[in-house]
Amino acid sequence: MKRLLATTILAAVVAIPAGVSADTSEKRIALSNNYAGNSWRQAMLKSWGKVGEEAVSAGVVAAADAFTTAENQVTEQAAQIQNLILQGYDAIVINAASPDALNGAVREACDAGVTVVSFDGIVTEPCAWRIAVNFKQMGKDEVLYLAEVMPEGGNLLEIRGLAGVFVDDEISAGIHEGVAENPQFNIVGSVHGDWAQDVAQKAVAGILPSLPEIAAVVTQGGDGFGAAQAFKAAGRDVPVIIMGNRHDELTYWKEQKDAAGYETMSVSIAPGVSTLAFWVAQQILDGQEVPKDLVVPFLRIDQDNLEDNLANTEAGGVANVEYSLEDAQGVINSGS
Amino acid sequence: MTDLAVAQRSLRGLPSLILSPRFLRSALPALSLTVLLLAIFYLQPRTMSYFGLNLLLNLALPIAFATIAQMCVITVNDLDLGIGAYVGLVAAIGATWLNDTPLLGVAALLGCIAIYAALGALIHLRNLPSIVVTLGMSFVWLGLALLVLPTPGGKAPDWIQAIMKFRTPWLPFTIYASVGVALIVHVALMRSAYGAILRGAGGNPRSVARAGWSLLRTKMTMFALAGFFGMLSGLSLIGLTTSADANIALRYTLLSIAGVILGGGEFVGGRISPVGAVIGAMTLTLAASFLSFLRLPPDWQIGAQGGILIVVLAFRAIINRAEARR
Repeated sequence: MKRLLATTILAAVVAIPAGVSADTSEKRIALSNNYAGNSWRQAMLKSWGKVGEEAVSAGVVAAADAFTTAENQVTEQAAQIQNLILQGYDAIVINAASPDALNGAVREACDAGVTVVSFDGIVTEPCAWRIAVNFKQMGKDEVLYLAEVMPEGGNLLEIRGLAGVFVDDEISAGIHEGVAENPQFNIVGSVHGDWAQDVAQKAVAGILPSLPEIAAVVTQGGDGFGAAQAFKAAGRDVPVIIMGNRHDELTYWKEQKDAAGYETMSVSIAPGVSTLAFWVAQQILDGQEVPKDLVVPFLRIDQDNLEDNLANTEAGGVANVEYSLEDAQGVINSGS
Repeated sequence: MTDLAVAQRSLRGLPSLILSPRFLRSALPALSLTVLLLAIFYLQPRTMSYFGLNLLLNLALPIAFATIAQMCVITVNDLDLGIGAYVGLVAAIGATWLNDTPLLGVAALLGCIAIYAALGALIHLRNLPSIVVTLGMSFVWLGLALLVLPTPGGKAPDWIQAIMKFRTPWLPFTIYASVGVALIVHVALMRSAYGAILRGAGGNPRSVARAGWSLLRTKMTMFALAGFFGMLSGLSLIGLTTSADANIALRYTLLSIAGVILGGGEFVGGRISPVGAVIGAMTLTLAASFLSFLRLPPDWQIGAQGGILIVVLAFRAIINRAEARR
């Protein structure tokens, strides 16, 4: 009986990939991207190209082409989506310039029988799939980690992102929610670092003289290294600074870890999330039941896997991971 | 020109007419559009259908309206650097007030047109450079749009969506609408008596003023018309997108200027072509589609789009030079 069960499972496991490649080998998937002007987006496009090429040569899909608009403009991307419909793509994966204003074009795509999957910059049109980032949870996770490593609590310095941007509000809300649940922590200062090391360094240097002893710095990514520099310049001990997967941050962490056993964690969204969207689109084309709203997993780096991740991160870039079909299936199953 | 040259020209007849720079210059916009359209049909035969043409061209209509608006301003020898932000404001009003409380929405839109007319008056009376005034206004428009619609969203009124999605027989609605707009503006500006005054106010303001016409009135008329066509642009845009975003049309500022110039207009004032402007807007829209059908890598597309513009304008420069030589 046990052996029969094992055989059945084995057969099922073998049968799934075989079935997949048979069903979608004629299908073509396009990526509609609104912006390519920073390292995150460049890494995102590179990941898409790599995974797409592999999938095409393995015969999983017929094409996986990437299209980027010249400027980050809604009207341009709407036109681009309409062009992709005309080019006969079976699925369009979108990183959208606007959550609402592309709905007309997305509707046209759905009406033409095209599967639309949006990720990162999602669209609200109900006929499209959404792979959203739970930024609030990301902020909360930072505090939960701190509660784990320093149960006694302490003073926190919060570095926020670009004022007025939705992502900044969400991450900050998550951090404050985490602090509310862990009253041993106390946010004593908050500055805007604009997700840039130089801005963060200046902002932190400005507020530091007025602050009591800081136990930890909660960040939004792209600001941890600057914060560390500011602490060092002020002659203060560098507290636990949550990092954001940037190369300079990870390098600094590694140096400090080797020198003095510095401990922290790093969390952000991997640009390779485009490949997750690719596989989700492939699964939908394959006829799988996929819930309309999915959540992007975070790429979290801890003390023990720092070296591996640092080795895989390009200088000046962001730690990245390319998702596989199995990862996508995992996300789909956890979503339903 | 000598008698011999005149005789030679009349002898050659039709071919010389076709090859005359004047004809070539007015035909160039249509010619470039045709070439581009044929190239697209060749690259992607799917576009050669009602459905295909509709998808290919429907976003050209708001650009065409914005281009006509820009052309109105260029007619009186000014330049509007705020039209994109203004279209965004109209879109924001259209997707919020016009849908929820139509009366307030209509009043707000009329108010916007009135502000445009007032801008014309301000520029004329204080003799201000229009570029500075309209660039300043672009921030005002964007700010107002963000006040009306702080986060992207809203809903376009059903009747606008119904108009934009209306399935006309034979050819998509966009084509009829574009041809209609081009013809109406052409008749009004190029064929009517007052149209000649309006153009004259841009080309030779002193003589128009000496003839007893109010330059203030012509400026206000043209700016109000710009506001009106900008409004049509914003409303037709949300009819297609179904909801708005304050930043939705920032690109229209440069697109509209490029459209006017591509269509045969010139910055000197008075030298315009409404039909050409609409064709110019279509050409710009199609150029982007053409490049994406070519499967050019994204990094190259931005440059290639500029390349197409330069090629068309280079042709015009050659024709202009030939004309000057005569």
